[in-house]
Amino acid sequence: MDTLLAVLIGALYAAGLYLMMRRSIVRLIFGLVILGHAVNLLIFAAGRLTRAHPPIVPEGAAALVPPYADPLPQALILTAIVIGFGLQAFALVLFRQAHRVSGAEDLDAMRTTDSH
Amino acid sequence: MFSLILSTTARAIMPLTLVFSVYLLMRGHNAPGGGFVGGLIAAVAFAIASLADGVATARRALVVDPRRLMAVGLALALASGFGGVAAGQPFLTGQWAEVMVPVVGKIGTPLVFDVGVYLAVLGVSLTMLFALSEED
Amino acid sequence: MLYAVLAGFAGAGIAPLAHRALGRASGWVLAAIPLALTLYFASFLPAVSAGEVIRWSRAWVPSLGVVLSFELDGLGLIFALLISGIGTLIVVYAGGYLAGDPKLGRLYALLLAFMASMLGLVLSANLILLFVFWELTSITSYLLIGHKHESEKARKAALQALLVTVTGGLALLAGLLLLGIAGDSFDLPLLVARRDLIAAHPLYPAIVLLVAAGAFTKSAQMPLHFWLPGAMEAPTPVSAYLHSATMVKAGVFLLARLAPLLAGSVLWYGLLVGFGTLTMVVSAFLATQQTDLKRVLAYTTVSALGTLTMLIGLGTPAALKAAVVLVGAHALYKAALFMVAGIVDHKTGTRDILRLSGLRTALPITTVGAGLAALSAGGLVPFSGFLAKETTYAALIEFPWLLAASVLANAFGMLVALVVGWRIFTGESQVIPDDPGPVPVALWQGPLLLGIAGLLLGVFGWMGEGIVAHAASDMAGQRVPVKLALWQGFEFEALLALGLSVFTLLLGLAFYKAHGLLLRLATSLDWLYQRGPYRLFDLGLAAFVSLAKWQTQILQHGYLRYYILTVVVTLLPIGVLLAAPGSPVWPVTFGPVGLFETALVAVVLASTAFVMSTDSRMAAVAGLGGVGYGVALLYLSYGAPDLALTQFAIETLSVVIFVLVLYRLPEFRVLTTRAQRLRDAVIATSAGAVMTLLVLAAQSQSGASRVSGFFAEQSVPAAMGRNVVNVILVDFRSLDTLGEVVVLVVAALGVFALLKLRPEGEAH
Repeated sequence: MDTLLAVLIGALYAAGLYLMMRRSIVRLIFGLVILGHAVNLLIFAAGRLTRAHPPIVPEGAAALVPPYADPLPQALILTAIVIGFGLQAFALVLFRQAHRVSGAEDLDAMRTTDSH
Repeated sequence: MFSLILSTTARAIMPLTLVFSVYLLMRGHNAPGGGFVGGLIAAVAFAIASLADGVATARRALVVDPRRLMAVGLALALASGFGGVAAGQPFLTGQWAEVMVPVVGKIGTPLVFDVGVYLAVLGVSLTMLFALSEED
Repeated sequence: MLYAVLAGFAGAGIAPLAHRALGRASGWVLAAIPLALTLYFASFLPAVSAGEVIRWSRAWVPSLGVVLSFELDGLGLIFALLISGIGTLIVVYAGGYLAGDPKLGRLYALLLAFMASMLGLVLSANLILLFVFWELTSITSYLLIGHKHESEKARKAALQALLVTVTGGLALLAGLLLLGIAGDSFDLPLLVARRDLIAAHPLYPAIVLLVAAGAFTKSAQMPLHFWLPGAMEAPTPVSAYLHSATMVKAGVFLLARLAPLLAGSVLWYGLLVGFGTLTMVVSAFLATQQTDLKRVLAYTTVSALGTLTMLIGLGTPAALKAAVVLVGAHALYKAALFMVAGIVDHKTGTRDILRLSGLRTALPITTVGAGLAALSAGGLVPFSGFLAKETTYAALIEFPWLLAASVLANAFGMLVALVVGWRIFTGESQVIPDDPGPVPVALWQGPLLLGIAGLLLGVFGWMGEGIVAHAASDMAGQRVPVKLALWQGFEFEALLALGLSVFTLLLGLAFYKAHGLLLRLATSLDWLYQRGPYRLFDLGLAAFVSLAKWQTQILQHGYLRYYILTVVVTLLPIGVLLAAPGSPVWPVTFGPVGLFETALVAVVLASTAFVMSTDSRMAAVAGLGGVGYGVALLYLSYGAPDLALTQFAIETLSVVIFVLVLYRLPEFRVLTTRAQRLRDAVIATSAGAVMTLLVLAAQSQSGASRVSGFFAEQSVPAAMGRNVVNVILVDFRSLDTLGEVVVLVVAALGVFALLKLRPEGEAH
C-alpha cells in the first residue's frame, strides 16, 4: 500500500513540474497547486503510516496507545496546507495583475522586473 | 446572478456552519479540530453567503473588517505568549487554570492562542475573498 | 534591570507621538526617560563602589544556552551612567538643534532606541545577548547617520558605517560562538572562571583575532577608522552622542569586558598595543590636517579610542585604571565639544575653523562651556582630563616608546583643544549672515553642564575611586588600587608624569603656533589623503557589486523551466544512487492493498490527468478540486482527521477563489512545440521517479522519530490536550505556528494591496 502512495507522489510531482514548465501562466498556477499536494503527501508518507489510528489520546489514558499515526508530520502538513492556500491566492492575484498591466499571457514575456 | 434557492439555503446553513466552526475550535485540544480548521470552516460559511447574497451582505454579516480580525487574532496569539513570561518562564510556555469546562477541557493560554489563530485565519481568508469579489 | 533596558525601547515607541502632541517642549519631556535611568543607575553607586555586583537573569532560549542575563558591575555602571546621563542632555539638545525638522520625532525614537541598545550591551552578562545589542547599536547608528536621507552624501556615509561595523559584527559573532565552544558556555562570569581552559584551547588565536576585528571596526581603529569621519554627515546631536561618547566606545568596552578572558597572550598584547598606538598617533596628526570642526573632533576621537585600545592591551593594573578614567573624562569633554561645534554651525552656518573667529560676543555661554571642555581636553589642572592624562602617563612609564607616542598624541590633542576652545572664540568678531537669533537654553545647557561635570569630577575625583577601582579590577581580574587626586605626592612616577604634562602643554602651544604650517602641509599632502583606506573601500565595494551583477545575470535568467531543469538535473544522481541494487529501496513490495485507498489513488491520478489535458479552465479547476478532495480522503483513511478537515475547507475556499479570478485570466494556449513538450515530459517524469524512490527509501527506515515519541507521551501530562496534532501546533511548537500565521497575514495583505491599492497616477 505504501508503495502505491509512493507512486502517486511521484506522479503528482511529475504532473506539477510539467505544468510549471508550460509558458501559459494559468497552467503554472495549477502546477503549483498539484506540486503542493505532492509535497504534503511526501512529508506524510515519510512518517509512519497506519490506517485509522489518529494521534488522539483515548479518554482516561496518559499517552498515545500504539499503533498510532505519527503526529509530527501531521502538524507540519496542517500548516503547510493553509500556507499553500495563501501562496496560491497570492500567486493567482499577482499573475492576474501582471496580466492586467502587461497584457502578456506568455511567461517568457515576463522575464524582467523592469516595467519598461 | 441571484438564486432564491441558494440564498435561502445559505441563510439556513450559515449560522449552523459558524456554530460548528466554533465547536471545532473549542474541542480542538482533545479531538480533531482547532484554530486552523475552525477559522477555515467559518470562512467557508461567509464564502457561501457572499456567493448567494453578494459581498456587501457577507460583509455586513461579519460586522467588522476582516483586516481587523487578522490584527486582533495575531495580537491575541502574541499576547497569550506573555502568560509564560509573566510566570517567569520562556515566551509562549502554556499556563493552565484548574478549571474544567465541558467540550473545551482545561482553560489555559494555548486555548487563547488557538482562538487567535482562528480569528487570524478567518481574517486572512476573508480579506482575500472580499478583495477578489469586490473587484470590478 | 530588564525593564531599565526596555524603557528606552518603550520610549522610542512613544517618542514620535509625544513629539506630535508636545511640539517644541518635546525634548525636555522625553529627556525624563534617560534622566530617570540615570538616577536609577546612580542609586547603585554606593553598592557597586563597595564591590557588589548586581545580577538579574531569566531564561530566554534555554535550549541554546541563551539567557537574558544582566550584570551591573563597576565597568558596566560607569558606561551605563555615561550613556543615560549624556543621553539626557542629548535629547534636550536634539530638540533645540532640530526644532522644526519634520523628522524630529523619528530622531528621538532612534536616539532612545540606540540608548536602550547601548545599555543592553554594557549590562549583558551573556555573549549572545551582548551580540544582539551590539548589532542593534549598528542598525540604530545606520539610521541615525542617514537622518538626512534626502542627501546622497548622508546615505553613502550611513551605508559605509553600516557595512564596516556589520562586517566587524559578523567576525565578532564568529568569535563569540567560538568562545562559547571553547568555554562550553555563553555565560560571561562562568567563562571568566574558565579562563585557563580558554587560553589553552586550540581555538584561542582565532577567537582573539575575530573579537579584535569586531572591536576594531566598531571603535574605528586604523585602518578601519574611515567610516567615523564620514559619519560626521549625521546631525550633530547624533555625532555628539554616538560618535564621541558612546557607540564608538562599544568596541573598547568589548575588549575591556573580554580582557579577563582573553588577555595574557602575545597575540592579544601585540594586536591591541600595535593597532592602538598606531591609531593614537596617526589620527591625532590627521586631526591637525582638517579644517571642518566636526572632522577635527572626529579624528581626535579616533585618537582617544586608539589610546584606550592600547591601554587595555597593555593590561597592567595602572594601564587599566588609566583606561577607565580616560573613558569617563573623554566622554564628557568630547560630547561637549561636539555640541559646541553644533551650536557654532547652527549660529553661523559654517564649521570651517579658518572662517570662524571672535564668537565669544555672539555665543557668550557657549564660550564658557567650550572653554571648560577644551581645558579638560587639553588636560589642564584641575579638570578630569588632567587626571586621565596623568594616569595614562603614569601607566606608560615602563614603556618609553609608548610614552613618547602618547605625549606626541596628547600634544596634537592640545592643539585641537586650543583651536576649538580658543581660536574660534577669540580675535576679531565677525558679522554673522542670517543670524538665527540667540541660542536657546536647550542648546547651550549641554556643553555647559558637561564642562562643569568635567571640572567637578577632576576636583572631586577621589569620590569616584571606589567605582574606578572596581571597574579596573573587573578587567584586570585582580585587585587594582586606585588613588585619584590632582596632587599625587612627591614620588618619582608622579613627578615625572607631572613634568610630562607640562612638556605636553608646551609642545601643544608650539604646535598651535605652527598650525598654519600644518594646514599648508595638508594641502600639499592632499594627493595622499585622497588615496586613504576609504578609497580602497569604495573600489572594493564597486568590484563586489559588479561581481554580484555578473553572477546574477548568469544564474537568474528568468526562464522558470530552466530553473526547474537545473533542480531536476541536480536531483538525478540521488535517484541513480537510490535505484542502484543494494539500496534500501529494494525489494519493493506492494503488501496488502486496500480497495478504498486504491480507488482514491485512482481518482487523484485521473483528476490530475484531466487537469493536464483539458482545454477549459473551468474544467481544470473542477479537476483540481477532485485532486484536493481525493488527497483529503487519503489523509482521513491514514489516521489524519485534522488534515482531512483542513484540506476539505481549503479546497472549498480554493474553488471559490479560482472561480472569482479565473475568467479574468487568459485562456489556455499552446505556446510550445511538440519536441519541447516531449523534453519537459521526460524531465518531469524523471523528477517524479526520483521522488518515488525517495519515499520508498524513507519508508524502509521504519519507526517514528524520537521527537514524536516525546509528543505522544507528554501531550496529556504537560499540555493538557489529547489531540496531539493540535497540542503540537498551539503548545509545543507554538512559536512556529505564530510565524506561520504571520506569513498568512502577509499573504493576505499582499493580495489586498495588489487588488485595492493602485500606484499614484493610475486611475481606479
